[in-house]
Amino acid sequence: MGLVPIPSQTAGPFFHLGLTAHRSIGNLTAAGVKGERIQITCRVLDGEGVPMDDAMIEIWQADAEGRYNHPDDVVQFRGFGRLATNEHGMCTFATIKPGRVPGNGSTLQAPHINVSIFARGILNRLATRIYFAGDPANHEDPVLNLVPADRRDTLLAHGHTQPNEWHFDIRLCGDGETVFFDV
Amino acid sequence: MTKVLPYRRHDANSQPSSLYEPYRATVLRAPRKPLIVLPHTLSEVTGPVYGHDDIGETDNDLTRHHHGEPVGERIIVSGRVLDDNGRPVPHTLLEIWQANAGGRYCHDRDHHPAPLDPNFSGAGRTLTDENGGYRFVTIKPGAYPWKNHDNAWRPAHIHFSLFGPAFATRLITQMYFPGDPLFAFDPIFQSIRDEKARQSLIANFDLATTKPEWALGYQFNIILRGRDATPFEE
Repeated sequence: MGLVPIPSQTAGPFFHLGLTAHRSIGNLTAAGVKGERIQITCRVLDGEGVPMDDAMIEIWQADAEGRYNHPDDVVQFRGFGRLATNEHGMCTFATIKPGRVPGNGSTLQAPHINVSIFARGILNRLATRIYFAGDPANHEDPVLNLVPADRRDTLLAHGHTQPNEWHFDIRLCGDGETVFFDV
Repeated sequence: MTKVLPYRRHDANSQPSSLYEPYRATVLRAPRKPLIVLPHTLSEVTGPVYGHDDIGETDNDLTRHHHGEPVGERIIVSGRVLDDNGRPVPHTLLEIWQANAGGRYCHDRDHHPAPLDPNFSGAGRTLTDENGGYRFVTIKPGAYPWKNHDNAWRPAHIHFSLFGPAFATRLITQMYFPGDPLFAFDPIFQSIRDEKARQSLIANFDLATTKPEWALGYQFNIILRGRDATPFEE
């Protein structure tokens, strides 16, 4: 190395103009994509529990077989979505439940979705993961096992009243602060 | 056995402090618990890939999105996207957005009483070429007031969003202009501790890319995280 990566800065309150007004991706289930259709509603809350109507959520995930659409791991499912939150601090992605992706060594990760959060007041992109409550693979997931047991619940999406509907709260700080990763 | 080549970790001093009280919005929005270091897996070393068919012909020229020409100083912003080994990052998506010459965003939440420009929306996108090069034509944005503190003004800037090759390289940042008198008073710029890192967000005026009788040129090179040259053996 020798060059220093440039610093991050906040996306600010007007990112919609460049990123989501015309370039949102909320539906990842193009025709022909195989897998269990699910909907995930994310809600972003600030340190006082107030829903944030000015955040952007990006997701990156594997297909139903645990493969990413990338030169290192090629597949047809695009795997990327991004949405701005609404006046309730929420946005909903229509996608498929990801399969299990290999971890390092001989481990296998539990189904998960990689998440980035951007907003006014967020100077460095926040990264977290969505896991699915009740998935039998969670207990052997190498990343969940890095997280103190009493905080793992912050990484779980919970089932909704309808089957295949999931809800995931992201609390930026304060009570129940979501686990964020140094990626 | 699955082994991935990880991206290098950031030096914390070269990045903003997530909690930086002079920037008031960080107080309720910055995590207080330490981040958990995530050893890179396929999930972090992969990321969304874009094709040329996603990009329109004039997407990188923000002065040509309407019938007339926008008001303001026409500029050419160009540079290269490189990793920290100095290698080009080709075919990666850059998206930009900015205020108009009067310091007003074309956005319904911007209430700054400066005029909107019917010929300027302020959003553009492009892909880097095989050498990591990119080029935008736009107008120089104005400074604008915000409510962070009494008499608070943001230095003129252009927002840049980049994906790079992986989830780990995702970056949103801002490009500033040389010699701006507002740097010393801007907590967003000052949230970066390291002086040299701060300076890397300031474009250079560049006579070589300035087009005579048409537009000033600014060079802005963007360094993303890179990977170690060889995988280390377990």
